[in-house]
Amino acid sequence: MTEGAAPAAEMDGGRAALLLAVDPEGLGGAVLRGPPGLAREAWLAALRESLPAGTPWRRLPLGIPDSRLLGGLDLASTLATGRAVAERGVLAEADGGIVLAAMAERLALGTAAKLAAVLDVGEVSVQRDGLALCLPARIALVALDEGLTAEEAVPTALSERLAFRVEPDDLALDAVDVSAARTLLPQVEVPETLLPALCAAALAFGIHSMRAPLFALRAARASAALEGRGLVDQADAALAVRLVFGPRATQLPAESPPDSEPAPPEPSPEQQAESPPQAQPDSAMMEDILLAATRAAMPAGLLAALGAGVRESARRAAGAEGRAGQRQLSARRGRPIGTRPGMLRDGARLSLIETLRAAAPWQRLRRQQTSAGPLVRVRRDDIRLLRFRQTTETTAIFAVDASGSAALARLAEAKGAVEALLADCYVRRDRVAVVAFRGRAAELLLPPTQSLLRARRSLAGLPGGGGTPLAAGLDAAMALAEDARRKGRTPLLVLLTDGRANVARDGRTGRAVAEADALVAALPLRLFGLATLLVDTAPRPSPFARQLATAMGARYLALPASDPARLSAAVNATNRAAA
Amino acid sequence: MDIGTTAARSRAASRPVFPFAAIVAQEEMKLALLIAAVDASVGGVLVFGDRGTGKSTAVRALAALLPPMRAVAGCRFGCDPGRVAELCDACRDSAELVAISVPVPVVDLPLGATEDRVAGALDIERALAHGEKAFEPGLLARAHRGFLYIDEVNLLEDHLVDLLLDVAASGENVVEREGISIRHPARFVLVGSGNPEEGELRPQLLDRFGLSVEVRTPTDLATRVEVIKRRDSFERDPAAFLAHWDAEAEAVRERILAARALLPAVVVADAVLEDAARLCMALGTDGLRGELTLLRTARALAALEGDAAVGVAHLRRVAAPALRHRLRRNPLDEAVATTRVDRAVAELFGS
Repeated sequence: MTEGAAPAAEMDGGRAALLLAVDPEGLGGAVLRGPPGLAREAWLAALRESLPAGTPWRRLPLGIPDSRLLGGLDLASTLATGRAVAERGVLAEADGGIVLAAMAERLALGTAAKLAAVLDVGEVSVQRDGLALCLPARIALVALDEGLTAEEAVPTALSERLAFRVEPDDLALDAVDVSAARTLLPQVEVPETLLPALCAAALAFGIHSMRAPLFALRAARASAALEGRGLVDQADAALAVRLVFGPRATQLPAESPPDSEPAPPEPSPEQQAESPPQAQPDSAMMEDILLAATRAAMPAGLLAALGAGVRESARRAAGAEGRAGQRQLSARRGRPIGTRPGMLRDGARLSLIETLRAAAPWQRLRRQQTSAGPLVRVRRDDIRLLRFRQTTETTAIFAVDASGSAALARLAEAKGAVEALLADCYVRRDRVAVVAFRGRAAELLLPPTQSLLRARRSLAGLPGGGGTPLAAGLDAAMALAEDARRKGRTPLLVLLTDGRANVARDGRTGRAVAEADALVAALPLRLFGLATLLVDTAPRPSPFARQLATAMGARYLALPASDPARLSAAVNATNRAAA
Repeated sequence: MDIGTTAARSRAASRPVFPFAAIVAQEEMKLALLIAAVDASVGGVLVFGDRGTGKSTAVRALAALLPPMRAVAGCRFGCDPGRVAELCDACRDSAELVAISVPVPVVDLPLGATEDRVAGALDIERALAHGEKAFEPGLLARAHRGFLYIDEVNLLEDHLVDLLLDVAASGENVVEREGISIRHPARFVLVGSGNPEEGELRPQLLDRFGLSVEVRTPTDLATRVEVIKRRDSFERDPAAFLAHWDAEAEAVRERILAARALLPAVVVADAVLEDAARLCMALGTDGLRGELTLLRTARALAALEGDAAVGVAHLRRVAAPALRHRLRRNPLDEAVATTRVDRAVAELFGS
């Protein structure tokens, strides 16, 4: 392809697919955000067609077990042949190709970390089922992100290692000779000025990770290779920063670059080959161009938020990863309490000795049936699995009343109490979630997490004021509790309120209707059997709070003076009741 | 795929590793790793911090840097022929020990590892084929006398953490499973890295690390440009890059060797001992482990610098990594630990 016209920004999505096809291993992959549909399929098809024929293309279903992801012992063959036979996992199978992670926004943190490790070193280390293998796995990962809210996103540990974030829409793809570009790639040179400009642009947009400028550099190289040029030019650099920096930006540059600086006309390839030094802009100019390009690629909503100086919201959005489906309960955890017959399914652990022991009495009989065969004849019904007993994890849900009345009284004290409780949860390795209700609605400040750092941050940023939508707070807590139980955890609710409900479910104000709604909302909590502690933060114990506690089946604790020790003892008691 | 377990032990085509000497900035992390390489008794390094700061690069680079060690030929656990008291059962029973030179093991413990591979277990192959009960050593055995590296250590499954805690404390791996009863030495330097945003580390595990390092992404443009530049030229032509850094790598290796030779001769004056004790008392660290680590770390630092005696300057430099994770702390405090150590150091030794 020789015409030098820079592709318009709207075509970037399709361009990302081509760049990825040129340098899949270097770019790591892409987050493909959006609902499943034609646009997404078209993007994937474009990527697949651009890759050399026969490139491995594998799909990771959500919740893929480690035995399939990383590999392990192939039990059927092992038993049939009488010696250990390894089974390659999907990642090793996909060596040199593309791996698609379906519903990546629900990817467990542990799985994301394993994928990240493979992306880092290009090989998968299998230390499982008595096998010690190290297999090449030079893959690019396409994370199919179907998240709807900012919180539902691919775990940062993973998205950080993927160069692009694309929202596929209309694809305008021109036929490009990708295979020629792949050949050219190792020879593509980079002008001196580009590297400092890329780093400066990354800093200006508040992108701290060192991976981003590296990805931008590789993307620029791939883009030049795609255009058949031996030297990266401004259009390549601009495309690279649009794709790599645009979605990663967390702030606007301090001093804004000239508003409408037109990109200098791009020299034709022939000119460039003749006089590359003159064609290169200096570093500062390059930086301006890159800043402008990144700015253009930033999502509109983000821009508005940043412009208003609400940097914290973007940070929080960026940090809110792994919302759902965190670490699953593993059948390998807990204390072994003997064995049972069963199928060797994922996560279950074979008790080899018991299996062989079960097979032993039948050996002579089986040998008589068929003369040829392995030394030890183990059949499916000999298989014995280890059994485990485990105590389930607890998710402590804090519902904090941040209304004006509570704030006036002692929101700070309530925060202090919650922090004391969090410290306790830390010791017990509980998960914590924080819901705050104020004004007209409840807000999920922190989805269940083990990171107390984030819990603390979310609390510190909690403003007070407005009405008391107690019913909405209870509903939100109930939703979290149901979710936790679905995931096999034991939920536990700590409700901190002064009991002065004055906003009803539908947003109407008025004490009577709000209190009635709160009592209605409390009923499901009791039916659900949720272990609850109601901490009354009012200056004087309020009768309604006590009434509500009864309706919820909660323990009631008035907080006359802030006494974290007593509070934490109460939570412990509730926790014991829940277990 | 049909691979025997023994044949599969060999690594897939070994990839070139980014050289340690070429890592830009991150001085505290590099120093901590060098200290652990000089004196294993310092007890492990935890590297916690921002993403994309080259945490795992640094640890993997260290492996390429370590001078080889002497080990008993044919020993599955890599016993040290010079230390009779620490030999494994097989070596103790054998009449003659032949010593060979082997690379120091730096073993990766991947997150998806199963317990049988970590601790070692019954050799499935031999159990099935010959009906024999044979022990297949695990990662802990391989890491003996070397380094055990866990990336994303805060995401490690709890049952593996339990296992590690026990072995790291006793220096011995006891396997009692599937009809096997075996114990073997497993003394290793535990190196962990992770990002605190993804979850906390269990306090017991935190305590097992001698040094704790916090890494931040460099915010200075020149440093960042240099990081990318080096990384890029390494990727474009690893062989040439390694050759370019060869002399520096050799210099670091010699520095480690010289420090190890000097280490036993480094003296700690009583006054410095008192200073260390006063610092730990001021910070209220639990137990004596903090003081011990502080002194050992300071001694290793002195050896690295070629100094014959530990001075207050050494204490001052290692106080934060040796003590920051030992403070009786509010687990919710973020960077406060480092500040507290710095303040105590300033109060005691002057700023």
